[in-house]
Amino acid sequence: MSTNTQTTTVGAPAEAPARRKPQLSEGARAERNLGWLLCAPAVIVMIAVTAYPVGYAIWLSLQRYNLELPNAVKFVGFSNYAAVLSSPYWWQALWVTVLITVVSVSITLVLGMLLALVMHRTLFGRGTVRTASLVPYGIVTVAAAYGWLYAWTPGQGYLSALFNYSAPLTSQYKAIAVIILAEIWKTTPFMGLLLLAGLSLVPEDLQKAAKVDGATAWQRFFRITVPLMKPAILVALLFRTLDSFRIFDNIFILTQGNNGTESVSILGWDNLFKALNLGIGSAISILIFICVVIIAFVFIKGFGTAAPGTDIDKR
Amino acid sequence: MAAVATTPRQKTGWGVTNVVVIALALIPVLWMVSLSFKTPTAILDPSFVPAQWTWSNYQNILSTTTFTRPLLNSIGIGLIATFISVVLASMAAYAVARLRFPGKTLLIGMALLIAMFPIIALVTPLFSIERALGLFNTWIGLIIPYVAFGLPLGIYTLSAFFREIPWELEKAAKVDGATPFQAFVRVIAPLAAPGMVTTAILVFLACWNEFLMALSFTSTTAARTAPASLAYLSGSSQFTIPTGPIAAAAVVITIPIIIFVLFFQRRIVAGLTSGAVKG
Repeated sequence: MSTNTQTTTVGAPAEAPARRKPQLSEGARAERNLGWLLCAPAVIVMIAVTAYPVGYAIWLSLQRYNLELPNAVKFVGFSNYAAVLSSPYWWQALWVTVLITVVSVSITLVLGMLLALVMHRTLFGRGTVRTASLVPYGIVTVAAAYGWLYAWTPGQGYLSALFNYSAPLTSQYKAIAVIILAEIWKTTPFMGLLLLAGLSLVPEDLQKAAKVDGATAWQRFFRITVPLMKPAILVALLFRTLDSFRIFDNIFILTQGNNGTESVSILGWDNLFKALNLGIGSAISILIFICVVIIAFVFIKGFGTAAPGTDIDKR
Repeated sequence: MAAVATTPRQKTGWGVTNVVVIALALIPVLWMVSLSFKTPTAILDPSFVPAQWTWSNYQNILSTTTFTRPLLNSIGIGLIATFISVVLASMAAYAVARLRFPGKTLLIGMALLIAMFPIIALVTPLFSIERALGLFNTWIGLIIPYVAFGLPLGIYTLSAFFREIPWELEKAAKVDGATPFQAFVRVIAPLAAPGMVTTAILVFLACWNEFLMALSFTSTTAARTAPASLAYLSGSSQFTIPTGPIAAAAVVITIPIIIFVLFFQRRIVAGLTSGAVKG
């Protein structure tokens, strides 16, 4: 059941000394070597593609390195970071990213919970609802983004026509609202499915008992369902928050970051591919990485989210 | 599932709710389909259903390599990356689910970190590394990062599936004289096949959907994938509004996914929820 999700990394190191005997038996050593051997290829690929480039990005971020001026590469210490952190563009992009993340994840959580309840409780057509809601999950984000772009283009789009031929993508907060809408549409099914899995762990008897004791539907939901689902909710929130924080596709198609809709990912991309500035681009990359680490840390330590998979060796 | 007597009113209520959910999920997709069948003049008419229907947008995109070559790249890169990811991930997941060895927690922590990694943080250094190694704008240049990002997903999903496989069979095989490796290939692998199919679907969907790296590590149709090519369709048509062709291309890359989802929905749901929620 869900109770064991709380015992996370504590379990593993505690077990290890007990297992470590003075001498490993032949079988245990063979098992250990096979374990390492089987994991080695995956570990090598993951390190080669992530750990090494991050290290390289840290080094790049300390250089003055513009692809247009390949001969002017020079070690400049933290001045790239100073340049980024003193730039209004960075803070603007960070604000937009945080705004999109907070609003879209909150709404997605509520809608995802409703969707999960519908999929859990509906009397008929459960399969059809689930299939239909998987469509936004499966669809290519960029393809869907073009759909939203044209829907909101005045003269072309049905949504623009519906709202008095407005052009929301040309003003900052309306454009952000459209971006958030596109994000919500795309990610609610994923949230709903994760929550549905959590919902199915809530014992039906408990609900019935509470009902007999006179609890209203709201009380049952907030006093029984939500607390029991807490691990599932927190994991889903962690995934969605980090995923939303790196938002790129929807903004790239909908506004290209114009009209003050740039996210931190768009800012990093522009610095690499428009300004061709590897030094500044890397500094932005590292700052985004630090933000993500902080978010993950807050979730895991602050809210007590069990990092998914950490209890994986509990059989 | 609760066998409570249902009133007609409840039935209507749920019926309406279901219709609303289905409509919200499908209307944006139907809008794209509608756009793709509109004639260039009808594009400027915001009505939801085309006044005149035409196949010309599809003929247009399927007759140029601007789109057909990226479509081929998407399929090829997606399949190869998925295959490698699933093979490597099932080896690691087998070790995680079945063997005792130091460093297991570290492996899981690392996979978790990568699953949540901000891809943009890798784009700058990888762009530079790929250019230095001559991998920029090649299939391999996309396959390697796709494998790396497919692995955490694969390791989670597969180790969840692998833990469900009955232990005794493996032990029985070992008693019968099989080595741990033989036990893996002969006994566990066939039992694990459903989980591996599910994982393959999820990884392929992720590769098919990926945009940022596809956009950053390619410069021509030699390696550009279909999602990234949409951005170029928009720039390519100079004298006509590219809306129709883009919508048609979007529908073409969406249809396989919808068929996929319809066909494998149970597996997809099982896979999505296996690693993430339950310990």
